Order: sequence, then structure tokens, then C-alpha cells
Amino acid sequence: MKISVRKGLDINLKGEAEKILAESKDPQFIAIKPTDFSGLVPKLLVKEGDTVKCGSPVFCDKYNDQINYVSPISGKVQEIVRGEKRRILAVTIESDGKMDQLTLKPKDLAKLDANEVKSELMTAGLWPFFRMRPIDIVAIPSDTPKSIFISGFDSHPLAPDFDFIMKDKSAEFNAGLEVISKLTSGNINLQLRSDASEVFTKATNVVINTVSGPHPAGNVGVQIHEIDTLNKGEVVWYINPQDVMVIGRYALTGAYDVSKVIAVGGSNISERKYYKTISGAPVKSILNEKAIDDNSRIISGNVLTGDRVDLDGFLGFYHHQISVIPEGNTYKFFLKDGWLSPGFNSFSASRAYPSWLMPKSKNYNIDTNLNGEERAFVVSGQYEKVFPFDIYPVQLLKSIITNDIEKMENLGIYEVSPEDFALCEFVCTSKVNLQKIVRDGLDLIYKECM
Amino acid sequence: MKFLRKIFDNAHEKLNANEKTKKFFPLVDAFDTLMFTPNHVTSKGSHIRDAIDLKRTMMLVILALVPCLLFGIYNTGYQHYRVLGEDASFLEMIMKGAWVVLPLVIVSYSSGLFVEFIFAIRNGHSVQEGFLVSGMLIPLCMPADVPLWMVAIATIFAVVIGKEVFGGTGMNILNVALTARAFLFFAHPTKMSGNEVWVTGFSEMKGEGLVDASSGATALGDLASTLSVSTSDPIATSVSQNFEGTFSLMNSFLGFIPGSVGETSALMCLIGAGILLWTGIASWRIIISFFIGGFVMASILNAVGGNVYFELPAIHQLMLGGFMFGMVFMATDPVTASHTNTGKFIYGFLGGFLGILIRMVNPAYPEGVMLAILIANVFAPLIDHMVIQSNINRRLKRLKTA
Repeated sequence: MKISVRKGLDINLKGEAEKILAESKDPQFIAIKPTDFSGLVPKLLVKEGDTVKCGSPVFCDKYNDQINYVSPISGKVQEIVRGEKRRILAVTIESDGKMDQLTLKPKDLAKLDANEVKSELMTAGLWPFFRMRPIDIVAIPSDTPKSIFISGFDSHPLAPDFDFIMKDKSAEFNAGLEVISKLTSGNINLQLRSDASEVFTKATNVVINTVSGPHPAGNVGVQIHEIDTLNKGEVVWYINPQDVMVIGRYALTGAYDVSKVIAVGGSNISERKYYKTISGAPVKSILNEKAIDDNSRIISGNVLTGDRVDLDGFLGFYHHQISVIPEGNTYKFFLKDGWLSPGFNSFSASRAYPSWLMPKSKNYNIDTNLNGEERAFVVSGQYEKVFPFDIYPVQLLKSIITNDIEKMENLGIYEVSPEDFALCEFVCTSKVNLQKIVRDGLDLIYKECM
Repeated sequence: MKFLRKIFDNAHEKLNANEKTKKFFPLVDAFDTLMFTPNHVTSKGSHIRDAIDLKRTMMLVILALVPCLLFGIYNTGYQHYRVLGEDASFLEMIMKGAWVVLPLVIVSYSSGLFVEFIFAIRNGHSVQEGFLVSGMLIPLCMPADVPLWMVAIATIFAVVIGKEVFGGTGMNILNVALTARAFLFFAHPTKMSGNEVWVTGFSEMKGEGLVDASSGATALGDLASTLSVSTSDPIATSVSQNFEGTFSLMNSFLGFIPGSVGETSALMCLIGAGILLWTGIASWRIIISFFIGGFVMASILNAVGGNVYFELPAIHQLMLGGFMFGMVFMATDPVTASHTNTGKFIYGFLGGFLGILIRMVNPAYPEGVMLAILIANVFAPLIDHMVIQSNINRRLKRLKTA
């Protein structure tokens, strides 16, 4: 199937990662953060000081205790970091440098049936890689998804090139796909750009769709909307390509190996490369402190949906890039670079700044300034230009703000996730935090309707 | 700019130090944010944000209004000397116009912003930018000779009843500037309609016996007087002659006719429309469908014919009165217009269609466009509701067939 996404926006930021693969330092310690998983209530399975191996359960889902969240390294539980109301924010594990695996036996998952595969993946800590739509949380094992989606490219600003990351990884990728194919009676939809490399185009057990158009073409939400639109009561799952390889490695070797390649980019870091690291690694083990400019914001993930971390933070579970951009905490004089400036270096999706007259290839250095103050919704028709869904975004958002569940359902909340609203949030004249609103709405729907 | 920054920082510090003065924070904040885009950074969601904000959006609308304002100033002077029958230089006309128009602008802004500040202080929010545009629209849609105290009262009424009671900028149902105009139109009709208010200084001139009453009338006022008479009536013939002279298509297009300050020149409105569409601020859907709506209605009545008014060519009809001005600046107000793209077509068409209908069929309201846009404002939520309901039905149908 060929899909062309017409509405959307490519934001060209300065500081794309060069296609050089570097090894990051071996992390001294790592963190597993329950906060990476929206809505998760963790139940601890370890105490501070316990020794763990790669693949040892650290905590599980309190309401579905078969789903394990496991340690990516071997070593000793260092600290259980708690926040308000003793909420667990992170479990840090000190590395012993050995990377001992819990088990090392190839799993012949292909012979098992769906339920056996599920319980195998849950025990091994591989389940959280599957997320579901609607709600956009870790997949519920008892559901039967009507299809599974894998986006073979990332269209976010400064996003990593999966073709580069996955080069020569066909064996692991296909082994993973074989396991995943057990989980649905429907298709595994793999969405690619037309120039995708062989790892993707020759993948097995998948239906390949080519997608053209600007961001959010790479978001699974848009792809699901175009290929297999969700109705109320239906579920699809999705998973990142690199995470498919983790499952593939497990099937081939029995090892829980969450090493992954991430892209480091952004205008405020001078060493922009791809780094091989592992899930949960500290930012310090990946970035060279000296290469980062002062007054920078470090983001685990991309600039539209990622999490703000500082130098002592950790790489998020689902993230495959780190962005370092300038912090915008300065006043801008209105005629010089503020609201009434000519703005040749400002980027805007609207035509109120001259950026729309510039060549498409021009890269911008955008800082974290809000560029204005929060206001009521005033401008209309703005979100629709970057929102390729058959959904009325403002009206859906208003129904969420007013907690009107019936309206939310009618207006299509089951088809969206916060990341689908990231571009709307970016272009918003009134500077409303839309992703937060959508997340709250989905949480409410999950609580009340599922 | 550092010294300016220091002044503001000091002011904030002093205000916030005292519990009593704290509530005046929005006052200083309004000027601060006018001079400096604040140092606020993103905290939730997307880490980077588009460079656009509401201030720039509003300022672009004001920029688009500048041609109308400048021409309005000139035309006010021009009309004055035309009726007076005196020769005057360009500069004299500008001076005369500025002397009349600028006080209107100043009164409108000061009274409106006064209310905005009061509400900002009372409700503890920052001063929102909506009034920046309304404050310019109000003087431009008034007759030049309207008393200043009326402008002040109308502005205060429009801001309080038209906007603040609904929750402020972004929440209003009716266009604020048109609310002000409608208020005066019904509360003080003698100063807002008839033949004597459109040319500045007209009543004094009349007192001195200088002019005949018809030369101060607007094109629409003239036309309305022909509605009940046949085309061969002497009134009708004199009006027809007017439409070859003073109110010729070229004059109405360029704007050298009596009327509200900023609305007479279709050309200037089109320049404004160009700016708004070029920058993407106004909706082309509304502007185009509004024009089509007006053109369709005017053509229908033109086909009916029977009197001078109806037989005026449709395109000439649209150049008169506030049609172009309303189309470009009033109907496109994003808050009171339809919010859905499909709805905008319907809303615009309805506005244009009704505007010409009211204007031509009911001679008591030559300013039909004002009323039509207000009616369209009221209908906009209903139009949106229908558009959204069809989206909902589509979704439900998909669910059933799935």
C-alpha cells in the first residue's frame, strides 16, 4: 500500500548526527524508570543491595504481575529513587562490568503458540516493548490486536536513520518478526520510505507499505489511521524496529541484550554521532560533557516528544536519540528577535515569519523559549494544517478539557496519542500544552472505559 | 536594551514585594511583554515552539488596517472640502482628516484598554491582545462626526458586554468592533445614520446654508430613497446621475465617497486582504465565500430589478458601504467565525448573502453588512456543530460496518 501524507511539517533543525558509529563508555550504572511507561504502577521485586543479572526482574506491573521489567546489566541494585508519596521514580543498578546473562539458551519460540510466546516474552522482560493504541500504554497481554505496526523510519527533527542503525542486522530483525507474527492473526504492517534499505525491504512476515510526506508520516498513529483505522473496542500494537531486534536476539541466543544505537544531535553539542549504548544508560556515559555548550537543554528522545533530562539523567526506555538544544531562558527585545522582529532566523509554520519564503533545506537553530505567553484558543484552522487525521483537533481537545467522555469518544480519542498532537503543540499560537491535555484525556478514558 | 530590562525587573520586584501592589502586576507585565518576549521556556510537551504568538498575529492585522486608516484620514478631509466647495491642498485634507480621525482612534484605544486593564487586574490574568485589533476597527467603522463620548461608551459596552462577560479574548460570541457599532446604531441612530453624519462638519456647514442635504448622503442612503419609486421618478433619475458622477464604480472602488471612516475604499480593503492572506492570518475560505455570497444575492436582486437600487450592477453594489471592509476585517475574526474549515465556507457565504439581502430589501438598514456578520457570528457555532456532527456520524458508521 502506498500512503501519502499531505498535512504535516518538517522542522529542519541544525545539528543532525553524522553517520559515524561510536561506542559509548561502558556505563557504571543504569536506571530503569517506571516513569518511562505511562500509567504503570510498579511492584518492586528487588531490594537495595540485591545482586541481579541481565534479564533479572526488577519490578513488575502491579495490576498484571506477569509483565516483568528486567535489568539490562548485571550487578547490584544501588538505589531505589522515590518521589512524592513514595512513588518509585527509578531503580538504579550498579554494573559489575560482566554483563552476566540470566539464561543463555536459544529459544525456539517459533514452535510455541501465541499464549506461550506471550508468557515467554513477559517473563523475559521483553513485553514492555509492545505498546498499544488506543491509550498509548504498554500492551495488555489479554488483548488480541487486529494488527501490529512497525514504523521503519522516524520523521521527527534530528531523528536517527534506521537504515544506518540496522545495517546488516537482517537476521536479528527477521527472527524478531517471526516471534511477533505469533501475536496477531492480522498483518504486521511495516511502513517505509521509498528508499529504504534491504534490511527492511527484504524483511519477512510483514506487509510493507511505503509512506511519503512530511512529519508526522513516521508516527505510527498516522500510519494506523491510514492503513487500519481504529474503531472503539479495537486494539493495535506497535513496536520500534530496534526493539524487534532485541526480541530477535532473545530468540536466537536467549540473552536479554538491550544494546541499541542512538543518534546524538542538536546545535548545542559538537560531537554529533551515532552511539552504541544500552537502554537506561546514564547520559554522561554517552555524551562528552566538554562537547556541550553552556545553557543547553538535554532531551532524551526528540525535541517534540522527548523527556527533559540533565547530565545526571538516563536514556529513556523507548528513546533512540538524544537532542541537545539551546535553552531559551532569555528575554528577547521585541524589535530585535522578539515578537515584532523581521525574524529571518526564526522558524514558523505560519506565514507570519519569512521562514516560508526560505528554501526548504534551510536549517534552523530553535531554542526552548515559548516565544509568547499562553492564551485562550484564538486562531482557528492552524492545527488542521499539520494534523493528518480525519479528526477535529480543537474540538477534541476542548472535550478533553471539559472531561466530556462521550464527546471524546465521538470525536475520535481512540485514534490518537499525545505524540500525534506534538506538531499541533509546536505550531500553536496560543502556546497551549496539548500533549499534556491529550495524555490526561487518555488516562481518563482508560480509567473509565476500558 | 539592558537599561529598559532593568527598569522592568525593578518594577516587577517592587510590585511583588508588597501584597497590595501585587495585583497590579498585569499592568506592568503588559508593557514588559510588549517590549520583550518573556524568558519563559517550555516545561511540558514539545521542547521547541513556533516563533509565532498572538501579539504578532494581531499586529499583522493592524498592519493590514493601516492602508484603510490612512486613506480614511485623507478621505475624511477630502469629503469635507468637497461638500464645502473649497479647494484644498492634499496636506490640508490630511490635516483636517487627521484632526477628526485620530481622536477617534485614541478614544477607542484608551477606553477599551482601560477596561481590559481593569479586568486583567480583577481576574489576575495578563492583558490579552484581542483588543489591539478591535481598538483599530472601532474608529474605522464609525462615521467621522460621531461624538467622542459615544465612541468611548460604545467601546466600553462592546468590551464588557461583548467580550469580558464571556471570559475575555477568545471566548466572545459576537465580533467586538461590530458590537460597538451596533450599539451606537441602535442607541444613537441620529448620529450613526441618515444624510448628515458622514461628512465631517456637515451640520455646521448646513447651518451656514452652504450645502443641499443630498450631498452629504452615502451611496446607500441615496439608493435606499429610490426603493419605493419607479425608475422614471425624478428622485430616481437624480440618484442614477449620482451613480455616474460622485458614486461611479471607479470612485466607489477607490473610496472617494462619503461613508464610515475606513470602509469607503474597496481598494484599500483589498490591499489589507492581500496582507492578511499573504501572511496567512485571515481565512481565504471566509473571504472568498463571503464575496460569492454577496455577489449571488446582489445578482439575484439585480435580475429582479424594478428600481434604481436593484438595477445597480452587482459588482458596483459590493464596492459600496461596509461590504468589503466587513468581508476582510470583520467576518474573518477567527474567534467569532466558524472554526471548522468546511464551516468557514458556509459561514462566509451566509454573511455575504444576508448582508446584501438586508441592505437592499430593508431600506431602514443600509448597513446590512454589520447586521449580517453579527447574525453569521450567532450561527457560526451551529454551523460548526453540523460539520462536526457529520464527522461523528462518519466515525459511528465506520464502527458499525467494521
